[in-house]
Amino acid sequence: MPALNTRNIVIGLTILGLLLVPAYALVVGNTFILTLFTRIVILAIAATSLNLIMGYGGMVSFGHAAYLGIGGYVFGILSFEGIRSGFIQWPLALIISALFALVIGALSLRTRGVYFIMITLAFAQMVYYVGVSLSRYGADDGLTIHRRSDFGGLINLSNKTVFYYLCLALLLGTVYLVWRLVNSRFGMVVQGARSNINRMRAIGFPSYRYQLTCFVIAGTICGLAGILLANFTDFISPAVMHWTRSGDLIVMVVLGGMGTTFGPLIGTVAFLLLEEALPFVMAKTIDPLFPGVRPSEYWQIVLGPLLLFVVLFARGGIDGFLRGDRDG
Amino acid sequence: MADALLAVEGLTKRFGGILASDNIVLDVKQGELHAIIGPNGAGKTTLIGQLTGMLTPDSGTVRFAGEDITALPAYARSLLGLARSFQITSLFLDLSVLDNVALAVQAHAGHSFQFWRDARKEKDLREPALVALARVGLADRADRPASALSHGEHRQLELAMALAGKPRMLLLDEPMAGLGTDESARMVKLLRELKREYTILLIEHDMEAVFALADRISVLVYGRVIASGTPEAIRANKDVREAYLGEQEVVS
Repeated sequence: MPALNTRNIVIGLTILGLLLVPAYALVVGNTFILTLFTRIVILAIAATSLNLIMGYGGMVSFGHAAYLGIGGYVFGILSFEGIRSGFIQWPLALIISALFALVIGALSLRTRGVYFIMITLAFAQMVYYVGVSLSRYGADDGLTIHRRSDFGGLINLSNKTVFYYLCLALLLGTVYLVWRLVNSRFGMVVQGARSNINRMRAIGFPSYRYQLTCFVIAGTICGLAGILLANFTDFISPAVMHWTRSGDLIVMVVLGGMGTTFGPLIGTVAFLLLEEALPFVMAKTIDPLFPGVRPSEYWQIVLGPLLLFVVLFARGGIDGFLRGDRDG
Repeated sequence: MADALLAVEGLTKRFGGILASDNIVLDVKQGELHAIIGPNGAGKTTLIGQLTGMLTPDSGTVRFAGEDITALPAYARSLLGLARSFQITSLFLDLSVLDNVALAVQAHAGHSFQFWRDARKEKDLREPALVALARVGLADRADRPASALSHGEHRQLELAMALAGKPRMLLLDEPMAGLGTDESARMVKLLRELKREYTILLIEHDMEAVFALADRISVLVYGRVIASGTPEAIRANKDVREAYLGEQEVVS
């Protein structure tokens, strides 16, 4: 039984809240909230996968959104070409995400620190421009996907509630998987390599192959989030792979708490809710004070310093803050 | 040389114009404690780097238990049983003390592509780690974060990690560095015990410790071994005295 402290209560309430979103949407008769939270849950999967390599493995990938695009494009292209079965689309999209992560990781992991950040960014930009050049599949404008993945009679992805719960189940499954991974022998090696890679070599670990495996697992999970996102929006375009999206994912992880089990989930919820709520709250409170200016259009001016505040004063992110880190 | 566990021949390493290792010849016999001394900048760290695989020599060979390991990467040498401790403490500071040693055990317990079982609950890893910690006198610190230990305890933890892999030979890079008098005395006592079980190559600044512990001493000056022999022979050696006295004259 987990202890009843602030952190666990917040995590428990967040999960409970996520479970109840469709019921709430039904009661108030507003599907916007369901749409918003489906997006949150999908991006939380991506953030959780990024946390595996960045938080636990110390591999700061600035190109993680590329896998959102790769997963989405493989699904979208197959659908466009008339292959509608999810049993073909999903495994293929995951395998191709894994292959991309294998190649990108194999090359990027030969560098460290800032160079690793820059090279993962460069690879993501390459993938982005490949997306832009896919003229058959909409190029810059993206590709509208007319049918969601078909799983026969097993599950109907066109039902919004069913789709939401599928995403939520996959999110919780991902969180559990990452938790098991990082505490296993494999996870200890990955964490050791984050902590002190020279020492890992000296005690007898060929760290590279473990880090690469970790990188591939994270890329594959993010590819899954990409499949879900494209199914959800019925659309895929290079924009989901833009480097600012990779930056958003990093912010979500850092905001929630790097290297913590539920941090990325909490961070994603907080980040996307702020994104939605800030313009709205500012329009109600600040805009009337500045007639004709509408500061709410520049809501990022408030979001930026807020994130800065968290990074400076709650070093462990929201999770660290809830845990009561004194050294944070 | 049949009984030499570690044999170095003609080891040469150049950094630009500086000859950091100049045709070094050295051997460590099974069961002995061989110490390497030398003034600052003599190339001790460069030597140990080449022995452990962190640096590649320009020429020369390193043999361990008869096998040529000159081209082996660091992790492979460790797996062969050549364990090292670092001069500048090199630990997993954000993990617990026990985690640090358990990782060293894990490194020698087959591959680590095990994704599911909780490694912190594996007796095969935890128990040998606890034994190694007890050996160096840190058993009561097992659950502390490594970052919370004192400098002296860090040195002990370094040793525990080297011991955890059941090595055939220990390469100790200045285990006494930065220790106080009491801590030094404790470390000497510990090394004296370890000496009975392990073959040790000791690189150390602390002359008193070296002369108290070593079976043989090699003196390294400007990348070259200028003398090698028993502590008595080294003490009496003219070149060695000159190297050290000469240095002092320059200083004063």
